[in-house]
Amino acid sequence: MKLLNQDEAKRISAKVMALTKADECRVSISGSRKGNVRYARNSVSTAGLVEDTQLSVSVAFGKRQGTAQINEFDDKSLEKAVRRAEEVARLAPENPEFMPAVGKQEFRATPTYNKNADAFSPEYRAEMAFQSIDAARKKGLVAAGFFSDSTGFECIANSNGVFGYQELASLNFTVTTRTEDGRGSGWVNRAAYDPKSFDARAASEIAIEKALRSVEAKALEPGRYTVVLEPSASSDMLNFMFGAFDARQADEGRSFLAKKGGGNRLGDRLFDEKVNVWADPWDANAPVLPWEQQSMMARRKTDLIKNGQVASLDYDRYWAQKSGKPASADHGNIIMAGGSKSTEQLIAETRKGILVTRTWYIRMVDPQSVLLTGLTRDGTFYIENGKIRHPIKNFRFNESPVVMLNNIDELGKPMLIGDANSRFRMMIPAMRVRDFNFTSLSDAV
Amino acid sequence: MERRTFLKVGAAAGGTLLVPVFGNAIAAEELMNPMAVQFKKSLADAAMNAATKAGASYCDVRIGRYLNQFITTRDVNVENIVNTESSGVGVRVLANGAYGFVATNVMTPDAVADAARQAVAIARANARLQSEPVQLAPVKGVGEVAWATPFTKDWRTVPVKEKAEMLIAANKAGLAAGATFMTSMLFQVNQQKYFASTDGSYIDQDVHRLWSPFTATAVDKASGKFRTRDGLSSPAGMGYEFFDAQPRHKVRAAGGVTTLYHGAYDIVEDAKAAGRQAREKLTAKSVEPGKYDLVLSPEHLFLTIHESVGHATELDRVLGYEANYAGTSFATLDKWQSKKFKYGSDIVNFVADRTTPGSLGAVGYDDEGVPGKRWDIIKNGVLVNYQATRDQAHIIGEKESHGCSFADSWSSVQFQRMPNVSLAAGANKLTPDELVKDVKKGIYILGRGSYSIDQQRYNFQFGGQLFYEIKDGKITQQLGDVAYQANTQEFWNACTAMCDERDWRMGGSFFDGKGQPSQISAVSHGSSTTRFNGINVINTARKIA
Repeated sequence: MKLLNQDEAKRISAKVMALTKADECRVSISGSRKGNVRYARNSVSTAGLVEDTQLSVSVAFGKRQGTAQINEFDDKSLEKAVRRAEEVARLAPENPEFMPAVGKQEFRATPTYNKNADAFSPEYRAEMAFQSIDAARKKGLVAAGFFSDSTGFECIANSNGVFGYQELASLNFTVTTRTEDGRGSGWVNRAAYDPKSFDARAASEIAIEKALRSVEAKALEPGRYTVVLEPSASSDMLNFMFGAFDARQADEGRSFLAKKGGGNRLGDRLFDEKVNVWADPWDANAPVLPWEQQSMMARRKTDLIKNGQVASLDYDRYWAQKSGKPASADHGNIIMAGGSKSTEQLIAETRKGILVTRTWYIRMVDPQSVLLTGLTRDGTFYIENGKIRHPIKNFRFNESPVVMLNNIDELGKPMLIGDANSRFRMMIPAMRVRDFNFTSLSDAV
Repeated sequence: MERRTFLKVGAAAGGTLLVPVFGNAIAAEELMNPMAVQFKKSLADAAMNAATKAGASYCDVRIGRYLNQFITTRDVNVENIVNTESSGVGVRVLANGAYGFVATNVMTPDAVADAARQAVAIARANARLQSEPVQLAPVKGVGEVAWATPFTKDWRTVPVKEKAEMLIAANKAGLAAGATFMTSMLFQVNQQKYFASTDGSYIDQDVHRLWSPFTATAVDKASGKFRTRDGLSSPAGMGYEFFDAQPRHKVRAAGGVTTLYHGAYDIVEDAKAAGRQAREKLTAKSVEPGKYDLVLSPEHLFLTIHESVGHATELDRVLGYEANYAGTSFATLDKWQSKKFKYGSDIVNFVADRTTPGSLGAVGYDDEGVPGKRWDIIKNGVLVNYQATRDQAHIIGEKESHGCSFADSWSSVQFQRMPNVSLAAGANKLTPDELVKDVKKGIYILGRGSYSIDQQRYNFQFGGQLFYEIKDGKITQQLGDVAYQANTQEFWNACTAMCDERDWRMGGSFFDGKGQPSQISAVSHGSSTTRFNGINVINTARKIA
């Protein structure tokens, strides 16, 4: 079905809410048109377009709640969904942690849609793939990449008068270029809201240069090194850490933010004072919806780390009420302050160190210390006296982002990270970090 | 690669469906009443006719109805029950030698015909970038056939109350035994999949899977220390009878350190053990790093198999189709062509299969209409084959596909996904207790822990749930802070002994991620308890400010 405009989404929401006799009703509708082109071995491997629209209806009788979800929108289906949700709610026991629907919220629009998104078409995607493949072919390299675009809308409404509707559009691009003999590999990652600000050929040239420079990698002994982490190289590690900024987990003693003897570490200085991190749905570079879908609460600008101190923890509505704290909507983005220097400038000011383009397969080893393991990939280089001297073999690391953010030498210019698997939209600076712990070598190129 | 899809599913679902319920969220009679086969056939024909008219040389249509129920509990509360239902049609075509794919949730003949025409337009737009046309291995049309996961108890008919009560009982057992917190979940999946292609197949399949993971957390507030022990269950491709564990389904771990399960699962019993063991972990001896002989239980080893053999022998990775994301593979074509590449020691034999009952990867047909089958991957330690789809079979000189093409939804395009890849049991009679007897300095590892491997599947690091010191043939005490690192080829060549078929059982990954856009897949890996000599063990204890 075609994407619903605001009036259509509002009409359907109202219709659904009018169908129920429950004490309260929450509705969310989301629709998207997602296009992609995937290529490898310098040819397109798959290309697709997916259209889907979903409706979720949740009703409550007192503290009994039920929900149903469908992806059909005729009158009969809408009624079916409501009756199904009501049936479930009547069977449900009272939930001791039930929170009634939130009251009317003010949602100040965020710039998640760009009208240039009309450009997305099979021909446009094919052209992006062509530019990337063509650039690689000209250098005798093999490209494997993925371009995806998405346009759509999100709508939320409840019987207390909450209503929000907003359109979204964005694109993500990654490409890995490899030498034909498999000895060199480079990668680049780009995200944007406006297709006019994206240049597939220019982005691909970065991966190409890294691939050409990364052949004949030398082995360095594992150990602690100063590293220059490109923005994409640290984003996964930070994702794990910010996923643990939950007040309940900390209060209950099961996160790195739990305090010995009880309580949490809100206000403690756990990081280098250069570290400043916040969430802001209106950020022009990384806008996200002005509401959190689950609670239907309005998002607001929130400091997470201020001058190295834990500035806030996430309180869901139940835990906030129990703790006597204000509830917070889930953050949609993470923005970390940086400086004005490029990655090249950070390298130029490094006496001895390692440049990391990308990190890979990061997993939690110990939540007590947020110890993570993972590997470097697609462009790891040795830096000496401000210059990249030679490529080096990839490393496995065992390191905690808490330790990493304590060992910061300098921060570079923040950049938007494109990662469909991330919980957050992220703006992260390049960073130079001391004593990063590499524990073994990998032969993988 | 086991991605964070587990969390993603929880987060995405939590966005819309955080509800505690004690009924059937979708009326059972509706669930049991799938779309009429004739309706699906007419939709598929509409799409195939439109695609052919628009110039497609091949077209397949997948009509799906996907039902999931996820139940989450925390201590004695049901936190949420998520019911999702999604239906739609995915149309894949070949035109001018290139693929095009379009999916729509509008299930009318006009909408699917339009989707088919758009898919042809996409294929044409990309054809100019093809270095060579897609070449499909032949598949004989099977006409109108059906296949269903064998089960005796349909999860859709089991009252939600009964399921939630089972999880709460597990949580209570864990708390009583020493856990400070318990969380448990039940994931249930039913995929009603209809496949049709211009080869003349109309295949109706009904696939069922379930998994019930839990975590017991023990907290020592005075020291600020906490430790967890996850459940030792394996996800299964079967019905709710999975939870009717009888004594014959229970397996005594080496040294009797805990109870393990085969064919059915007692979550309450396992949770009780977990509560006690999580508490014990708070004071477990921190491991001395160094070389150890590792004795790995199947509930642990499956994930090492998955990462170091399952993914490494996917032909799309070997060829470079995953180079941008999941990576390539060290198991390159030249190694396979040499017919003497020693992937492992002589006793290492790996078989791929789509047929083992109760496994997550068991299906009648893949998403290209290829019947499920079984074949060798590693024979007496030598790499002998890969996993292939229709468009890859010719590259390894095969005349037919291995049946490894899957999509996780009607809205996802099918691509190469691994079958069950399992390590054959040892040929000689050997029990886990007998295996441990010969180990002088070793560690017995059970359960899945942290896991990470590089993009060509050389360097890996694995943790676990339970670690027991083995000293002079005896299991002595729990160890903490254990992870092992190895290189895949060195690791499998260090395999020196394995228990016989009496100890063989499957572990599994419910949310295995791969591809762009990322898709999930469910797959099982079997083995018996197996020994690896001289593996590097690191100590993972760290202090932060």
